Amino acid sequence: MRPPIRDIAVVAFAQSDHRRTTDEVSEVEMLMPVLHQVLDATGLRTSDIGFTCSGSSDYLAGRAFSFTMALDGVGAWPPISESHVEMDGAWALYEAWTKLLTGEADTALVYSYGKSSPGSVRDVLTRQLDPYYVAPLWPDSVALAALQAQALVDAGETDEKALAGVAARSRTAAATNAHAQLRGPGVPQGDYVVQPLRTGDCPPVGDGAAAVILAAGDRARELCERPAWIRGIDHRIEAHSLGVRDLTDSPSTRLAAEHAGAFERPVDTAELHAPFTSQEVVLRKALRLGDDVDVNPSGGALAANPVMAAGLIRIGEAAARIHRGEARRALAHATSGPCLQQNLVAVLEASEGSEGATR
Amino acid sequence: MTSTAHKEPVAVVGIGQTKHVAARRDVSLAGLVREAARRALDDAELTWADIDAVVIGKAPDFFEGVMMPELYLADALGAVGKPMLRVHTAGSVGGSTALVASNLIAGRVHGTVLTLAFEKQSESNAMWGLSLPIPFQQPLLAGAGGFFAPHVRAYMRRTGAPDTVGSLVAYKDRRNALKNPYAHLHEHDITLEKVQSAPMLWDPIRYSETCPSSDGACAMILTDRAGAARAPRPPAWLHGGAMRSEPTLFAGKDFVSPQAGKDCAADVYRQAGIADPRREIDAVEMYVPFSWYEPMWLENLGFAAEGEGWKLTESGVTELDGDLPVNMSGGVLSTNPIGASGMIRFAEAALQVRGQAGEHQVDGARKVLGHAYGGGAQFFSMWLVGAEPPTS
Repeated sequence: MRPPIRDIAVVAFAQSDHRRTTDEVSEVEMLMPVLHQVLDATGLRTSDIGFTCSGSSDYLAGRAFSFTMALDGVGAWPPISESHVEMDGAWALYEAWTKLLTGEADTALVYSYGKSSPGSVRDVLTRQLDPYYVAPLWPDSVALAALQAQALVDAGETDEKALAGVAARSRTAAATNAHAQLRGPGVPQGDYVVQPLRTGDCPPVGDGAAAVILAAGDRARELCERPAWIRGIDHRIEAHSLGVRDLTDSPSTRLAAEHAGAFERPVDTAELHAPFTSQEVVLRKALRLGDDVDVNPSGGALAANPVMAAGLIRIGEAAARIHRGEARRALAHATSGPCLQQNLVAVLEASEGSEGATR
Repeated sequence: MTSTAHKEPVAVVGIGQTKHVAARRDVSLAGLVREAARRALDDAELTWADIDAVVIGKAPDFFEGVMMPELYLADALGAVGKPMLRVHTAGSVGGSTALVASNLIAGRVHGTVLTLAFEKQSESNAMWGLSLPIPFQQPLLAGAGGFFAPHVRAYMRRTGAPDTVGSLVAYKDRRNALKNPYAHLHEHDITLEKVQSAPMLWDPIRYSETCPSSDGACAMILTDRAGAARAPRPPAWLHGGAMRSEPTLFAGKDFVSPQAGKDCAADVYRQAGIADPRREIDAVEMYVPFSWYEPMWLENLGFAAEGEGWKLTESGVTELDGDLPVNMSGGVLSTNPIGASGMIRFAEAALQVRGQAGEHQVDGARKVLGHAYGGGAQFFSMWLVGAEPPTS
């Protein structure tokens, strides 16, 4: 990736409270307060936004074209410049970022949402797998993550005690995150779900939504006191078949981080989209994160994992810490596919010269 | 204030399609997309290693029963180790996918991008895929035709168009398809009488005025100015591209001529410096899944005044040898792998300005519009390509 030709920042972030079930609200009703909140934070209205992009999945919603209803919630009248990725919202943010780079828009609204509660998300995610040879066997997402965890244990990269430590640290951190679903130090590690993963090693199943506003250059400075500038963002995909991948490593994360400039200077904060404790082990290694880096101060995906929004939330949480002056250079990561197949890395920084800047 | 002065020009240097058919039982999903991608690379005389990123699009995942198929297709499209994005904007997705890919180049993120859209409708059933019952929402029990027929009827009432216009479009597009080796329907014995006597499906839409269900894929190689300079064949240059969306249902919506379509076209014309589309644009590849949408979109896109679109069609202006040819390739009425249909419009527009459209080439086509729409006529994506690089 070449250096971005325009300065673009995350200027606002909002998310829902993530909950095990939200039977009483539709996806649009779950999303609407989040959209209002993120717009209110900047004083912008839908008609002020230059480009809108969302991420979601029809398979979670259980119907085709599910995103059309969410668009109605945005209030797309008069007509808006808008697009949608059938991916986590982190990739919608990437599409919006490229749109702002072209100069065709100065502001972008990015949102994503997912309700896992109506079905069995473990079963639903099996439909992502090779439809001819693998999906018919219905290997579920926890079983695949357990294969990865066992490979790490076998390689001596971690053990069950260390994994339990990741779980405890994440949920303790989430105690101060009012939106998180599993919070506080008292969450038990529990029994095996699929060995070597216990309940505590797995993410909660839940529903949630998130939204971010991006702005370019001076527009960002007008809209936000401490914009979180996107210094680099890149994403890479790996082969689909687990049999041809080294599950103890994440070369796509490393490559994305290199292209995003993550290794040029140390980061102080990292929000990693690691739904399973074992995946944090893989990501820490690929991203060369030392013990001095504050990893998942929000509690991460182990505290709340609304599928399709959890990646965008990582970018939002990292940006919000910069907005609040709690971080100066932060890394945000999102993942998609079985066992970390596809990974996105963004590097966010406080402004030069502003409070807390490192440059 | 937006600033687009630094935008990199975008060129189409490779195009590949599969032969579209009802059922490609000889290939997997991976085999299907790989075939189109391989042909696009061959056209550009590039290899997989020359591709910096892949942008893929298709219509709902339920159409094949594979959730987020980009994960499974990464290997087949040479995307391993590269960025891969998956776009989904309903029926307009093929066009939107190409525009997302073009932004990667215009924004100088990448130099050369493979973009591809596909649908393998034979793996499932689109009517079923569109008709899943969901609480509190009206399911589309009659598929797309049942949704759009009332809007066609509204157009006829509003404009006083004679009820023969739709059959003229179908007859024209199916004859054009005979000149396109990749088109799905090759009806060698087609006559106007056959179209007009076909069974009525959703009044006023007859069987012969509807699109088929196709398996197929379409791919394009987009590149920057340096890439275009190395291209072995003439590139098509992007002069303008835009997307617009509006809500599905609301009291003020004009289903006959949606505001989002008008705004999208206006944005494209502004970018391309087009003041009079009827005079300055040489041909159009338009998303016409039901025949009556040709006269409707002629008005929506500014080629005819309101209420006058059917007169252009009736007078033969939109024939292959007419003054404003529409759907030279045979269009969606002859080929409809849903997720790919929009990209085929964009790719066929590019083929025309490159002079590579073979038997369905329009002589002297220098500026051609590619058009796609989707959802309840609520999502629009369009691009205008030219034989010359953009001047601004």
